[in-house]
Amino acid sequence: MDQTFYHSVRLDKSLCRGCTNCIKRCPTQAIRVRNGKAEITNEFCIDCGECIRICPHHAKEATYDSPDVMKQFAYTVALPAPSLYAQFNRLDDVNIVLRALHLMGFDDVFEVSSAAEQVSEMSRRYVEEHQEQTPFISTACPTVVRLIRVRFPNLIPHLLPFNAPVDLAAAQARERAMQKTGLPADQIGIIFISPCPAKVSAVKSPIGIAHSEVDAVLAIKDVYPKLLSLMKRSDEVREDYAKSGRIGVGWGNSGGEAGGLLTDSYLAADGIENVIHVLEDLEDEKFADLDFIELNACSGGCVGGVLTVENPYVAQAKLKRLCKYLPVACNHLNGEYTPHAFLDTKIEYKPVFRLGSNFKESLSMMQQIEELCSRFPGLDCGSCGAPTCRTLAEDIVKGEASERDCIFVLRKYMDQIPEDLLHQTEEEHET
Amino acid sequence: MSDTITLTYTVSNEDFTRAGEASSDVKSRLKQMNVDPAVIRKVSIAMYEGEINMVIHAEGGRITVEISPSEIIMTLADKGPGIADIDKAMQAGYSTAPDNVRSLGFGAGMGLPNMKKYTDEMQITTELGVGTTVVMKVYL
Repeated sequence: MDQTFYHSVRLDKSLCRGCTNCIKRCPTQAIRVRNGKAEITNEFCIDCGECIRICPHHAKEATYDSPDVMKQFAYTVALPAPSLYAQFNRLDDVNIVLRALHLMGFDDVFEVSSAAEQVSEMSRRYVEEHQEQTPFISTACPTVVRLIRVRFPNLIPHLLPFNAPVDLAAAQARERAMQKTGLPADQIGIIFISPCPAKVSAVKSPIGIAHSEVDAVLAIKDVYPKLLSLMKRSDEVREDYAKSGRIGVGWGNSGGEAGGLLTDSYLAADGIENVIHVLEDLEDEKFADLDFIELNACSGGCVGGVLTVENPYVAQAKLKRLCKYLPVACNHLNGEYTPHAFLDTKIEYKPVFRLGSNFKESLSMMQQIEELCSRFPGLDCGSCGAPTCRTLAEDIVKGEASERDCIFVLRKYMDQIPEDLLHQTEEEHET
Repeated sequence: MSDTITLTYTVSNEDFTRAGEASSDVKSRLKQMNVDPAVIRKVSIAMYEGEINMVIHAEGGRITVEISPSEIIMTLADKGPGIADIDKAMQAGYSTAPDNVRSLGFGAGMGLPNMKKYTDEMQITTELGVGTTVVMKVYL
């Protein structure tokens, strides 16, 4: 299977009732309802999870691994995302959660926040050394990277060339586990506890790196109930797993990554529609003098991921409270770039929204679209299965839909039939 | 069918919340039409600057965009006050924008210079008290 556009958002056809909720919500207009069921266009989907949030029938599902995946490895390391900590009430010591992960069956725990802290430190140096390329756009949110790749070619050179903290953490965790156990790399399972399905796509079909060191992805919402009961027994474990400060843990909230850059010259936007708006403006060079742009597809940041349990804004407050008791940072690189820090593959523009295969063809298709649009009512009702009248026109020109899919065009046609028949019989009568 | 697409937009009077809608619309269409991203960048920045100028100085106007296989022509026509001194207006940093507009972050005096910088040809026809028409071309 072609992995270029692998997706972790899937449709359960038996639950889909063919309503128009998801087609209207999808920010890249990737969904159509055809023959009464939703269909996702793989090339357009950016794994934002909006359709999972909006579907009233729970027909959209995220694919991720079951905790049973742990059994496949001789030795497992849990990589908890900082957003995991934001799920619990009055958490004062992160070790309680991390020790519960050990009780759940993980041999070791490696905080993603400790890698995040390293990325923060390296980003500070990199931004300072490459001022001519500012503003830099964060590459931590896989949905944002996917969005830029298909829709904002002029912004690709502004992407910060660092691996996402989870991938850096995975590489470091595997090295540590191999040293500790002497086991070969493939017997060690590096398992991410994730707030979002986009991370599943980032593992199966990475962008910017040839191969992700993460072996499996569990959902925070699956792990959470297990941890709740195990946390009561956390004093059975002596190990001190918590090795990050507020800069690393803060990455779970929108603005956290930017905060770690220790500059005022930044912008942090969250929520996919806001992100798109910022990218549009960025493309038109409307922001001068900004060093850094942090973008999170989910409202509130990673704490707003669809695989989390807590309300994103309550989670934000909890994470802030937790950060209050943490040192500023616990990971220091002394100005060096660590191995595995940089992305190793060029991110290339994927022009999936092009109509034709060359300009001439696209131009003529665009003309047909304009012409068709003038005949549609412009209500964007979605009854045809496309989110807007314009997308229906695009589908027709691409040969994927017909004009009579529009109920207004169809009604006009139906009204015309008796008249045509009448004319026909009159003509027949005359001859 | 001819091989030119003509798009027309009305830029409304002093409505900053809508400024940039036309250039954004043109940008999304060009992305669907296999146009080189570098060209799209030039067109959208030049057009955005022009659109903002129409809102600030001329109480809106009309934009026509013609897309053909050889070039993109943007015609921005307004019935505003006209430009008294084109040479001065073309200088980077020169602005006649009112204070209320400057407080919104506009009026840096880069509008016309940027429009010239990002296009391959630019022509200004203006008459005091009658209006201004700017024609910008970007070659494909």
